[in-house]
Amino acid sequence: MRILYFSWLKEKIGLNSQEIIKPKNVETVDDLITFLTEKSEKHKNAFSDLNSIKVSVNQEFADLKTKINEKDEIAFFPPVTGG
Amino acid sequence: MIVKVQEKDFIAEDEIQKLKNNCMETPGAINSFIGYVRNFSNNKKLTSLTIEHYAGMTEKMLLEISAKASQKWPLLGTLIIHRYGKLNIGDQIVLAASASLHRNAAFESTQFIMDYLKTQAPFWKSEEINNQNKWVLSRKEDEQALKKWGD
Repeated sequence: MRILYFSWLKEKIGLNSQEIIKPKNVETVDDLITFLTEKSEKHKNAFSDLNSIKVSVNQEFADLKTKINEKDEIAFFPPVTGG
Repeated sequence: MIVKVQEKDFIAEDEIQKLKNNCMETPGAINSFIGYVRNFSNNKKLTSLTIEHYAGMTEKMLLEISAKASQKWPLLGTLIIHRYGKLNIGDQIVLAASASLHRNAAFESTQFIMDYLKTQAPFWKSEEINNQNKWVLSRKEDEQALKKWGD
């Protein structure tokens, strides 16, 4: 699966994007965050306040409970500030 | 429904003319909104503004917002242009316009489009103040502005 980061999340994690093979026990967005934050301090730091983070799955707004699959594009970003 | 996400500037008059020419029938009204880069933020002097976006999702969301507006009002066409990259004080950021037979649909739907764009289109602004770039925080007022549409 492809994971994208934007705005300050991108800076805190130090990556625009990363490709991972979906671990078997990762079924939801919440599981993915747990997986990522267990592996890396930078992710742990970036995801410390989930209230300040939005997520999309395949370019649609999603939430922590959204189911994810191997071929999905998942993006994490702060609340938007365009306009 | 015209949606453009671009780095380059736009000439609003030309774009509105294109919207008018694209309408299914001659509109009796076109209302437009332009957003510009302010020269201050929280009482501090701003030097520049950089806008990042999620290519692909941005266009998709702007089309969804345009479609929502067209379901809610009898519109003949909509236009959204949003820029990204580094912008200077006074630069144009966004143009939203709606065409309809009568003025109310055009007035109201433009505001609707901007309210939804502010909270659903994946753009992020970073402000340059005293040679430092800081990400802009989202405003509660923007979320609350959606409530008036009762969707």
